[in-house]
Amino acid sequence: MSVVKIPTVLRPQVGGSKEVQLAGTTVGEVVDALTIQYPGLKSQLLTVDGDLNRFVNVYVNGQDVRYLDGLATPVSERDEVRLLPAMAGGAGAAPG
Amino acid sequence: MPRTYADLLREARAQIREVSPHEVSAQPEGSATVIDVREDSEWEQGHLPGAVHISKSYVEQQVEAAAPDRDAPVVLYCAGGIRSLFAAQTLEQLGYTNVASMSGGFQAWKSAGLPWEAPVVLSAEQKQRYSRHLLIPEVGSAGQARLLGSKALFIGAGGLGSPAALYLAAAGVGTIGIVDFDVVDLSNLQRQILHTNDRVGERKVESARKTINALNPDVTVIPHEEMLVAGNVDRIINGYDVIIDGTDTFETRYLLNDAAVAKNIPVIHASVFRFEGQLTTFIPYEGPCYRCLYPTPPPPELAPGCSVAGVLGVVPGIMGMLQANEALKVLLGIGDTLSGRLLLFDALDTTFTELRLRRDPNCPVCSTEAVAARAEGRPLPIPSFAAPAADAPFVLGGPA
Repeated sequence: MSVVKIPTVLRPQVGGSKEVQLAGTTVGEVVDALTIQYPGLKSQLLTVDGDLNRFVNVYVNGQDVRYLDGLATPVSERDEVRLLPAMAGGAGAAPG
Repeated sequence: MPRTYADLLREARAQIREVSPHEVSAQPEGSATVIDVREDSEWEQGHLPGAVHISKSYVEQQVEAAAPDRDAPVVLYCAGGIRSLFAAQTLEQLGYTNVASMSGGFQAWKSAGLPWEAPVVLSAEQKQRYSRHLLIPEVGSAGQARLLGSKALFIGAGGLGSPAALYLAAAGVGTIGIVDFDVVDLSNLQRQILHTNDRVGERKVESARKTINALNPDVTVIPHEEMLVAGNVDRIINGYDVIIDGTDTFETRYLLNDAAVAKNIPVIHASVFRFEGQLTTFIPYEGPCYRCLYPTPPPPELAPGCSVAGVLGVVPGIMGMLQANEALKVLLGIGDTLSGRLLLFDALDTTFTELRLRRDPNCPVCSTEAVAARAEGRPLPIPSFAAPAADAPFVLGGPA
């Protein structure tokens, strides 16, 4: 099982969990397992064609999968998969 | 029988190897640590290029920091070549094995027509104000002079900009520009520590200027009371050495990124959300830019701003201070910045996580192709911001 770190902004979609344990041998399989378990995440993570949305970065053990093999990047037991969307807040006053 | 000065000098000459100014000049740059052991007032009149200054009276205390390797070559000099001989004896007592004294000292160096330079002289008040910087070999008076001559631009005098601007002002960054068109609101004061209760309703640039100048009158504050837009971004950022990004919106962030990459100005980026922060340093062409990191912005519901989602006040405080640290390193040219690394901070767990970032070889702004296209006056088209709409309306949960 791999650990998938869920960013705060997506936690409401996974029942508030900071991380979830999921099976899968590639990033794609892990993301599929995640979106099957939590269907609300699918449109946030994937395009209609099933690719990763460009505004969500996925890291395996700190490395961006865009520069590995994308969804085909292998994931092994105890690897850490991190989903990371851009954050808006500069902590100013303008509406975000 | 007590020994005389002449005896001591004779002993020192017999013990210490002497090198001529021409021999020192002929050494490849950086091959030896050159230490000027004269007094402060002599150093300020001029010194050898690249020399380190340690007054003879501080040699024992400070030489290990300046020359940590006792077997590496060290050359000492003073005004005429006497004090450096005695200082060299001290170094040998400390176990330095490759010490030489420059014969004839700085006078002989100048007489030989060799190049020298005059350091920037700090006022007595500045020496006191920045004394803790001056004690650090990596900063010193040359570094402090560099900070005083530096220009930092803050995009936003808000939660991130407040602590960063305060610390850069305290550090003596001589010019601080602030882009903000907003006025101080009571809800800002939970984290925007540049501003105060009695300034609610006042223009933020003016409030920031008052706080900064109350802290350090050395700093010139340049207010830019306007919204950063395509029509003014090039004019506003022009001439700044570093930019501290505390923007709230993706539109401004991409605009800033594109303009700063084109002008080759480093941007220290941070963003915050409730208990979390992200931080990195974008050094154009050395590391990735913001578009390499996030090629397109998320839909608004996936990235709410602080006024919607809330933020623990210390989170922008901590991230802003880390921005100030990055900015100081960029300005001083020391250390390793976060270029190519994204630092995540989680205030609830008190954890820092580091992710590796890379330049996108196809980046429409910082790739080789994009640079060439800009040079030819036909910048590459940038993909539209129209982000695909998420099916499910995004609902923020948890305590806001």
